[in-house]
Amino acid sequence: MTAPSEPTRAAPTEGSPGMIGKAKDWIDYRMPIFSFMEHELHEYPTPKNLNYWWNFGSLAGIILVIMIATGIVLAMNYTPHIDHAFNSVERIMRDVNYGWLIRYIHMNGASMFFLVVYIHIFRGLYFGSYKPPRELLWWLGIVILLLMMMTAFMGYVLPWGQMSFWGATVITNLFSAIPWVGDAIVTWLWGGFAVDNPTLQRFFSLHYLLPFVIVGVVVLHLWALHVHGSNNPLGIDRKSEKDSIPFHPYYTIKDLYGLGVFLIFYMAIVFFAPNALGEPDNYIPANPLVTPAHIVPEWYLLPFYAILRSITFDIWFIEAKLLGVIAMFASIFILFLLPWLDFSKVRSARFRPIYKQLFWVFLVDCILLGLVGAKAPNDKVFPGIDNFEYVQLGQITTAYYFFHFLILMPLLAKFEPTRPLPESISEPVLGNRAEAGE
Amino acid sequence: MKNIKALLAVSAIALAAGAVTVSSLSAATAPKPKAQDWSFQGLFGTFDRASLQRGFQVYKNVCAGCHGLKHVAYRNLAALGYTEDQVKAFAAEVEVQDGPNDNGEMYARKGKPSDRFKSPFPNEQAARAANNGAYPPDLSVITKARLNGIDYMYALLTTYKEEPPKGMKMPEGMFYNEAFAGQQIAMVPPLAPDAVQYQDGTKATVPQMAKDVTTFLAWAAEPELEERKSMGRAVIIFLVVLTAFLYALKRKIWSDLH
Ligand code: HEC
Ligand code: HEM
Repeated sequence: MTAPSEPTRAAPTEGSPGMIGKAKDWIDYRMPIFSFMEHELHEYPTPKNLNYWWNFGSLAGIILVIMIATGIVLAMNYTPHIDHAFNSVERIMRDVNYGWLIRYIHMNGASMFFLVVYIHIFRGLYFGSYKPPRELLWWLGIVILLLMMMTAFMGYVLPWGQMSFWGATVITNLFSAIPWVGDAIVTWLWGGFAVDNPTLQRFFSLHYLLPFVIVGVVVLHLWALHVHGSNNPLGIDRKSEKDSIPFHPYYTIKDLYGLGVFLIFYMAIVFFAPNALGEPDNYIPANPLVTPAHIVPEWYLLPFYAILRSITFDIWFIEAKLLGVIAMFASIFILFLLPWLDFSKVRSARFRPIYKQLFWVFLVDCILLGLVGAKAPNDKVFPGIDNFEYVQLGQITTAYYFFHFLILMPLLAKFEPTRPLPESISEPVLGNRAEAGE
Repeated sequence: MKNIKALLAVSAIALAAGAVTVSSLSAATAPKPKAQDWSFQGLFGTFDRASLQRGFQVYKNVCAGCHGLKHVAYRNLAALGYTEDQVKAFAAEVEVQDGPNDNGEMYARKGKPSDRFKSPFPNEQAARAANNGAYPPDLSVITKARLNGIDYMYALLTTYKEEPPKGMKMPEGMFYNEAFAGQQIAMVPPLAPDAVQYQDGTKATVPQMAKDVTTFLAWAAEPELEERKSMGRAVIIFLVVLTAFLYALKRKIWSDLH
């Protein structure tokens, strides 16, 4: 747990010549913002062996900025009223200069945000980034994920298409499963007796607010990060100066290169397949009298939707619906407990031969859950096999999801024979890396 | 060890593929429409202007009797290659309500290019009343509002059958259509040979009109398509070059770490 040794606070702008340098010194003496930036962004010692999976944190931050920038412009032209919302989005698409571009960036940006954050989280799972001393950092990350889900859900309601309306109806109705007070809570959430204009207006207000709350939590997330620095693919602490390199220029340029690659992917979707990730039904104006054949959330919420719908049976006096809601929330909240469920001292899966396999099994399980979420529960999984429907696949994959965290992780932590760890980042034990197959 | 990974990946893909086939089977109600060739597909696609103008003629003379196009303005028709005067003339064909004037009265006036397409019915109830209770939806974004919307539109207009298959009974006022979910649609087959007389002399067969009106409606839904694609090409080229430079720079900066 060696924190990289703090360099003594020497004024980095020491002796900066010229007007600008003087001004910098003047400010820095009163409020050391430039020293702070120098310290956190320039010198900030970083493990020298980070691979490209470490690019996704900075990417997530950049997308957050893109979402806020495009969102603010959209909000200038959007009307949060059930009679005008759909039309105002069409105005944005047709009459606002480059409105189509801004909307497509925002709309697909939500998908990109989740894609990047999911990769970021699975990176953490693989390399054990949630283990001491980074538990709080991990928690803050999960808080960000929860806030993102709320933000995206409410954003999706704003264009007031069929999926907007019915998605909002289905999700808000979940709260009616809460015993005794459920219905009162739902009425309170709606601001009425159905998803209606008050609902749309409050969702807009919150959709505007929450991204800034996310910014706040991101700051805390980075603060926690900078105390002990990044984990690394070997999962061992840095021992000496030799293990670290300054963040700038090494990781600034690496992050920029990663950003370039990512933007090519993102912009290809924005310009050439802007609606590929969306539901056609959301181009039909909301109609409370017509229920769409399949109500599905956006792809990034599908695994949780699958867990929600998998509980089709009551347990004792607890209704299936309530159990589904509990399971869905538990699937996220369980991540908070992970640092204690997996108490293995070894962080990186590279030195945990069994966990390394189970990681991939878990990833496939999550992908299957996503698939289940997209399907009607009674569709057949395989043509010709009549008694294997998506509900059942959902129940198996849901059970496995919890089994992974609650049973496998503690068992592995206790019994898994781990491989010997390298001495240090600069001198991985000879032969060990090759053996680890990385 | 690696094998398990590969095995898992393969089985997940197989399962997903299986699922996709099933969904196309179980979707027997609304079959995947046959893919057609469209001038505006692909990275370099642009709308065929002649087809757009013919499609507009079909919309105006046939579909507009029942379907609105309320998000499109008459001025937008300039993009089809019409002159300013032609656009003015199209707009002037309709009468719109405006007002109130200085006396507080509403009045009727001729349409202007800045007006949006006038819908045939004042509201949904009136539309239903005139169509046996069925609602002809506004067509402004229809190609985006259906799965494979462009091919679907063509299929919808070309797969009416006089007789339903044996054993299927059509209720009064319903028509058999292979593309429509459930195969029963309340829309009278809108296209018959020579339903319009094309100004450019093209023969107005049903497939020809279907193709033209679909092109027109695809434009109505995505008028930005051409600009989007050309800007997209420039953006991607720029990003590829920039990223190549960033990669070179990254290599150079990192090269001094032994
Ligand atoms: C006589 C009135 C009438 C005319 C003319 C007409 N339609 Fe329709 N259309 C309808 C009605 C009614 C429906 C609703 C059908 C239903 O819900 O069963 C409909 C539905 C549709 C739909 C929606 C199908 C779906 O997937 O829900 C499309 C697309 C459509 N029409 C296109 C056209 C086009 C293109 C034309 C011109 C070539 C046209 N219509 C001409 C009455 C008309
Ligand atoms: C965490 C960041 C954000 C996420 C994940 C997010 C997500 C979304 C999503 C999924 C939609 C629906 C897109 C569609 O289908 O049309 C949407 C719409 C919208 N968002 Fe955001 N958003 C974010 C930030 C913001 C901010 C900061 C603002 C305003 C300041 C904003 C304003 C809007 C507006 C006005 C719409 C409606 C227009 C439209 O639907 O295109 N968003 N957002």
